[in-house]
Amino acid sequence: MILIYLIVILLAGAFLAWLAGNWNAILPRVISLVALGIDLTLLVLFLFQTTTFNAKWLIDIQSNWIPQFGIGMHLALDGLSLLLLLLTFFLGIIAVLISWKEINSKVGFYHFNLLLILAGIVGVFLSLDLFLFYFFWELMLVPMYFLIGIWGHENRTKASYKFFLYTQASGLLMFISILALYFVHGDSTGIYTFDYNQLLGTQMAPTTAILIMSGFLAAFLVKLPVVPLHNWLPDAHSEAPTAGSLILAALLLKTGAYGLLRFVVPLFPSAAQSFAPIGMALGVLGILYGAKLAFAQTDLKRLIAYTSVSHMGFVMLGIFSFNELAYQGVVMQMIAHGISTGALFIMAGQLSERIHTRDINQMGGLWEKAPFMGAIGLVFAMASLGLPGLGNFIAELLILIGAFKVNVLMSVLACVGLIAATLYSLRILQKVFFGKKNTDWKMNDLSIREKVVSVSLVIIIVVLGLFPQPVFDVAKPSLLKTLEKTKIQESGNKTFSTNQLIN
Amino acid sequence: MTNTDFLSLTPFMILAMAPIIIMIVISIYRNYEVVFGFSVLAFTVAIASIFYILPIIPHSIAPLFIIDSYSLFFLGIILISALLVTLLSYTYLKQLDGIREEYYIIIFTSTLGASLLAVANHFILFFLGIETLTLSLYILIAFEKSKSSSIEAGIKYLILASVSSAFLLFGMGLIYLTFGTMQFSAIVSAMTHLPKLPPLFIYGFGMMLVGIGFKLALVPFHMWTPDVYQGAPAPVSSYIATVSKGAVMAVFIRFFFSIKGFENQSIFMVISGIAILSMFVGNILAIQQKNIKRLLAYSSIANMGYLIIILLTGSDKGIQSAIFYLITYFITTIGAFGVISLLSTKDFEMEEIIDFKGLFWKKPWIAAIFTLSLLSLAGIPITAGFIAKFYLILAGMKAGLLILIFAMIINSVIGLYYYLRVINTMFSTAGNTELPSISVLGKLTLAFISIAILVLGVYPGWLIDFITKFAIL
Repeated sequence: MILIYLIVILLAGAFLAWLAGNWNAILPRVISLVALGIDLTLLVLFLFQTTTFNAKWLIDIQSNWIPQFGIGMHLALDGLSLLLLLLTFFLGIIAVLISWKEINSKVGFYHFNLLLILAGIVGVFLSLDLFLFYFFWELMLVPMYFLIGIWGHENRTKASYKFFLYTQASGLLMFISILALYFVHGDSTGIYTFDYNQLLGTQMAPTTAILIMSGFLAAFLVKLPVVPLHNWLPDAHSEAPTAGSLILAALLLKTGAYGLLRFVVPLFPSAAQSFAPIGMALGVLGILYGAKLAFAQTDLKRLIAYTSVSHMGFVMLGIFSFNELAYQGVVMQMIAHGISTGALFIMAGQLSERIHTRDINQMGGLWEKAPFMGAIGLVFAMASLGLPGLGNFIAELLILIGAFKVNVLMSVLACVGLIAATLYSLRILQKVFFGKKNTDWKMNDLSIREKVVSVSLVIIIVVLGLFPQPVFDVAKPSLLKTLEKTKIQESGNKTFSTNQLIN
Repeated sequence: MTNTDFLSLTPFMILAMAPIIIMIVISIYRNYEVVFGFSVLAFTVAIASIFYILPIIPHSIAPLFIIDSYSLFFLGIILISALLVTLLSYTYLKQLDGIREEYYIIIFTSTLGASLLAVANHFILFFLGIETLTLSLYILIAFEKSKSSSIEAGIKYLILASVSSAFLLFGMGLIYLTFGTMQFSAIVSAMTHLPKLPPLFIYGFGMMLVGIGFKLALVPFHMWTPDVYQGAPAPVSSYIATVSKGAVMAVFIRFFFSIKGFENQSIFMVISGIAILSMFVGNILAIQQKNIKRLLAYSSIANMGYLIIILLTGSDKGIQSAIFYLITYFITTIGAFGVISLLSTKDFEMEEIIDFKGLFWKKPWIAAIFTLSLLSLAGIPITAGFIAKFYLILAGMKAGLLILIFAMIINSVIGLYYYLRVINTMFSTAGNTELPSISVLGKLTLAFISIAILVLGVYPGWLIDFITKFAIL
């Protein structure tokens, strides 16, 4: 039942926050914090009670929803979704905290949307019924649209349209694929169902599999995003309010990666393998192209947005390498990127709250004004370029090693991306905190609230970098479960496991 | 006529008696509230009487009527929609100058016509019902005598509807010429002996399709729709979009499925073409509209385009999905027009999209309900429209109508664009439109509608069960 509570608490919190917003501007914030806090506590308690993560599903609940069509209310939790849920609730709290001063209009409705998006994301990470999954997938959309469209920056209207139309169009393609899968499975077995477990291993002709898979790919690759489907992202990220950018970059993009891991690879193992060369190439293209564009930006938020494109290229590369090492790297990348890019967006938000610009040409020499902020910025720029000791390093290294075994050329090209990452990360630091002062801004360093937020993010990224093993342990069973479907028998001796590498 | 015959016609008796009673009441004592209260009461009794006659169905009164669960189901939908429109008309009409009590008389006669279509089993009743409905609609559309656009819309509808009725009648005549009967079931049994459909029948059906296409506002017979929707009083526009179209759809589905029109290649192609054209033309033209009533008119054209896909499925599932779609479309459309009519005043019709600027910050609940209606029209989850579209796509894919379904998907995205535009306007910073306060009755009706949209969107199982059990041809 805990899984249902997680969603219901968020939904109830959303409506309460909206109502409370009529009387008081603080109340919605408190309600959101409480709702997210309860969820996080519930999950952490569960985490500590669980001794082994080897069960197929740690929690699995199932009941009818629309039985006429074989649609069930099927929610289940495994290691992968557990990690992503922890990330979701933690960043949800951060999102409320960073909006404390930034959002002053329509506070109730703002938090309503915020919690609704989070509820949608939680639903996506938990659904094991394809219809339910699509339902939550779309549920994230409308409130995110409002978040960008109402509280965003100057060009918010265009950005919110673009975001909505891209995701909705690709989502509908996925929906068609879900229905096609439903019929293919139903016609061959006589059981018409949207249940994930039953649809696994559906027999179909290779062409059918590729066609159906491409619908799923459309949705997930747009969300991830993969070049050339990334066009919505820079606009949406740079025009959204800080919490919106945080959620987009840290959580919404992860739903795309999660979809690939949970649905595309297990449901269409052989089709996914035939797509692998293209998938890896697209990943590498994203790494390099994203990095190049990031380097060319002058708008700080747009710059960070393009680094997301680049980092998500690694996820793509890892997923289509089909081995455990790369998959562990992908999971780590999802978490570490969520933290580090989220932190960079928070920094951009803090800067524009103070100096009301996102143009890095107008910044410069801010270190002496705000050394604390500078230090935080330094940590996350380092994380972004993959400095050892921070989470992103582990992630990208594992993905590269994993990909190297499959396709040498691709992983070599991807390595070039690391150099490009160094360039754009250092450029952020140089333009914002060092270099010559272009304007003499009057600004304060971080407040206590902002320090708490930033320091907690720093702690997590460092812990992930130094002690990644617990994450691997939690994620391992679900990743093996995913890989098992691809039936790649790796030559056992040559493979060195994650444990050996870390030890 | 036996007692059972009389009994089974109870809802129609009530609908026919009500306008007469209202006329008598008006001639004695003219009072808006009394007439309105009586109309609501009469509709409620008529709806209740459906349950009263449930035990005696299926019952047919040869040769005209067939009263089975399918027709009672449609009758229920029609009456409930008419009741909702009546409730939302209260404020809109109350502020008009001059006489307005007669409005409710016409609502009853037109609903009577619409209800007859639901039980029609014969061309005569089909035509009678359509004419009763259409004649009443002329008056309703032109009801605001002081507004030239209202009169213009009424005359436009009058002329075009007469032409289309002529087509319909001519088509019926040709079919009568072929088979020598006008009863649906007799036509069907005459057809079964033939190896293939005679050309004269196909011509006749084509002529009928022109007439029906006009009533349903399908491309290329849609020209009247935007002007009439714009000119007519807002509650009447919602009445045309729901009750009138639903009733025509009821009889058309019955006729089409009994003659198995989907089996004929040329009919199949023609309907597919009309469906695809309606979707694209409706959605693409809707994008450019600045007037919300015109926008909803074009959106209704597109929606009817989606809906007639199910004619080609030729399955019970198709019919069920069509009924589910109609129900959600009715609720949603009445909700959207309800908001427009409640926000309009005597001198100011809330119809330009720009008038909605900043509505969310002035009247958050009304704007939220309007947003919900638009999202439901666009088919976004947690609204009824999503489940309806899903059901329709499911039935369509089951029947292998992949091209049509694909066209529908593309159009859903196009449609989203203009719905979003309206929503965006409502959420942008406040404009300077002055808004009237909204009556409790209006608020309650809108609240009911939005709850229905949400309930059907999240928990549609019971309605689907209900439809599968009752709405069978």
